[in-house]
Amino acid sequence: MNPNDPELQGLVDRVQAAHAAGTTLCIRGGGSKAFYGEAAQGELLDTRVLRGTSSYEPTELVVTTRCGTPLAELEALLATKGQCLPFEPPHFGAAGTNVAERGATVGGMVAAGLAGPSRAAAGSVRDYVLGATLLNGRGELLTFGGQVMKNVAGYDVSRLLAGSLGTLGVILEVSLKVLPVAPATLTLALEMDEVTALASLNAWGGQPLPVNASAWWNGSLLLRLSGAVAAVHAARARIGGEAVEADAAAAFWDGLRNHHDEYFVKAQAEVQAGAALWRLSVPQTAPPMALDGDLLIEWGGAQSWLCSTLPAAAVREAATGVGGHATLFMAQDKSAGVFAPLSAPLARIHRELKKSFDPSGVFNPGRLYPGL
Amino acid sequence: MNAPLPASAALDPADAAAEIERRNARQREVVAALAPLVPAHALLWHREDTVPYECDGLTAYREQPLVVALPETEAQVAALLRACHALDVPVVARGAGTGLSGGALPNKLGVTLSLAKFNKIVTVDAVARTATVQCGVRNLAISEAAAKHGLYYAPDPSSQIACTIGGNVAENSGGVHCLKYGLTLHNVLRVRGFTVEGEAVDFGSEALDCAGLDLMSVLVGSEGMLAVTIEVTVKLIPKPLLARCIMASFDDVRKAGDAVANVIAAGIIPAGLEMMDKPMTAAVEDYVHAGYDLSAVAILLCESDGTPEEVAEEIGRMEAVLAASGATRIEVSQSEAQRLKFWSGRKNAFPATGRLSPDYMCMDSTIPRNRLSDILLAIEAMEKKYRLRCLNVFHAGDGNLHPLIMFDANDPDEFHRCELFGADILETSVAMGGTVSGEHGVGIEKLSAMCVQFAPAEREQMLALKRAFDPKALLNPGKVIPSLARCAEYGKMHVKRGLLPFPDLPRF
Repeated sequence: MNPNDPELQGLVDRVQAAHAAGTTLCIRGGGSKAFYGEAAQGELLDTRVLRGTSSYEPTELVVTTRCGTPLAELEALLATKGQCLPFEPPHFGAAGTNVAERGATVGGMVAAGLAGPSRAAAGSVRDYVLGATLLNGRGELLTFGGQVMKNVAGYDVSRLLAGSLGTLGVILEVSLKVLPVAPATLTLALEMDEVTALASLNAWGGQPLPVNASAWWNGSLLLRLSGAVAAVHAARARIGGEAVEADAAAAFWDGLRNHHDEYFVKAQAEVQAGAALWRLSVPQTAPPMALDGDLLIEWGGAQSWLCSTLPAAAVREAATGVGGHATLFMAQDKSAGVFAPLSAPLARIHRELKKSFDPSGVFNPGRLYPGL
Repeated sequence: MNAPLPASAALDPADAAAEIERRNARQREVVAALAPLVPAHALLWHREDTVPYECDGLTAYREQPLVVALPETEAQVAALLRACHALDVPVVARGAGTGLSGGALPNKLGVTLSLAKFNKIVTVDAVARTATVQCGVRNLAISEAAAKHGLYYAPDPSSQIACTIGGNVAENSGGVHCLKYGLTLHNVLRVRGFTVEGEAVDFGSEALDCAGLDLMSVLVGSEGMLAVTIEVTVKLIPKPLLARCIMASFDDVRKAGDAVANVIAAGIIPAGLEMMDKPMTAAVEDYVHAGYDLSAVAILLCESDGTPEEVAEEIGRMEAVLAASGATRIEVSQSEAQRLKFWSGRKNAFPATGRLSPDYMCMDSTIPRNRLSDILLAIEAMEKKYRLRCLNVFHAGDGNLHPLIMFDANDPDEFHRCELFGADILETSVAMGGTVSGEHGVGIEKLSAMCVQFAPAEREQMLALKRAFDPKALLNPGKVIPSLARCAEYGKMHVKRGLLPFPDLPRF
């Protein structure tokens, strides 16, 4: 980061002014996750003024890029070297637009902390953050972490930013671990009910099989295998099912990742009519929650989407009951609160952490929890 | 501890006696407060009883705590923390005491909270592929318990036979296999513990995420400074069916360094990728007699694991890259016994060095992989500058180096030169775009180096983060994040990512 960059200086000035005046800023990149979380408040701080990749070392498995860089641009760059972000962050955006137009930025990807179909196999956004430069609520330019994975010097502030929804600071630049694209990928389709699907997914998880992604909906299970050529062939023979043609498979997983799949199109229409789309995050071995609504299960059972008109309390209780939590992902009425309530000690730590980074409450007030 | 500060003037004898009496009075106060909370055998304060706790694996630094507490139940842990909080007594948590950076060095006015008795494996869930264990369970014991299900716990620090999972969480420990399988952070799902006030707190989840900020990412690696870990739920993964290791010799350090980069560039993520330099190879061959190539300037151990088909495919690709990178000799293990023999030298680097020198200091830093040969050459030059020998092993796949600087602790000048040598390695690592601690933590050992890696505002932000968890700074105070005053005394420039410091932005 060049501190003399006028765009950077502009951001610093606005943060320092807001800090001094007690006003608030709404940090926004492409706005592709504007629908996610509690309502955005504050004057717009557009992060797209800072863009570009400052360094990319394929042999070091690291790329360092500025917050406003379009996610599509970063992924295209990595693809030229046969590498990728293995956690498949969603771009969202309007269905039918091409990826480049959807506007998702790298900063927003980290701040939202959302990962795609490969999450259970590949890890989370946070697992790939190696370092970050941020602007805290005092307008101080801080860098934590670095460009190396083995790094235990001090607290892992850069990883803390993943999923923080802009409440701790403006992510200016981030160093991400990248991995090579797997040599072979194959999608299999199998017919089975929910209980059998969950049992099978957990059984496969305990074996050395290259299961990279899964999706169960209405009696159909789609499984993506990804890894060494020999491993994918051997797994196909073990698991069975019908192989899905490559382009159709790629389109399916892309639709799932970016929420353009028919499940989500249907869910979004129902949300317009007053239903809620819940994201349920539970242990993979959790028993079926038997909630009324349209259910899509991913991540080997660890992430489910539920489109339902059930009261929020019922959904939350069911998720907590199996050791997980429920997020009100999309709804006209979010008065029940988007994110699951925190225990008293965690809530206190959250409040104190917020104050330690952003003492005047400049950034994205209330975006994660009211009062934070 | 790496370029230590100049010693302050010795206390006047009258002042020294007063200080001893103050300390004794404080000790009586703390013992009186804690004794009702634990069984009699669980509280130690006589010097002959607390001496075993006066240091961890960084044996050059020792301190007597006021009291050592060895609670046996979670309720006792909570009660001890509440009592210490009420009295403003510092608390230093301790697992097996194998840490290499002094993270468990006692506080001389504090309580050492030993968690060694918390050694039960609570559950191993083979279907869910998780294990829930108390904080004092040894790292290797987790894999041993999971073995009958064909599962194991991947992070394998070299001390795994002795170190505890609670300590691993504190340090975000790595090991030989972390390039492929991740650090402790990537393999831990949930941590139950206590805040500094003795309040129960639960971080993470058995789901793949939890609501709110990702607090696990700061808790893991926080060196006992944010909370006390009491129980950990870890991820277990299927044990690979097969592992094979390639031993490759190189006649040139740069070729060996380039070979490491070439393996990664080829899209291969080895299960292990380690390097030994020539003097280290000679030292370990003398100790284990594994048949290492003594003429090699550097030896690479490159491991592949997985199904037999995966391994066959990957070993072929690895061999091709190593040969193309100029390896003078390539041997592939043909059996499990031979694979273990290849590793035996690397795994015995420390004891082998111990035979050659009365003492040695093990350094730990990380640099980008492509600077491996540069740092090796820089260390060679430092050997001449500081007139001490240094043997090197690397987790080459991660750029994480462990130089072992040999010295004689009975010679104060050698000890001093050794610390300067170590500091030079750390600061050179930062200048090359790396970090001052790859896996051993900062503890007390690298406080001065932290002044070089982080600017004042960054250190202040980390101190503020700490205060969010522990406003009175009672959990392991004085470790990891140096104060402004300490950095001012140390006097070195902040060298960031190979760039000279740039002027501060103007403040309003």
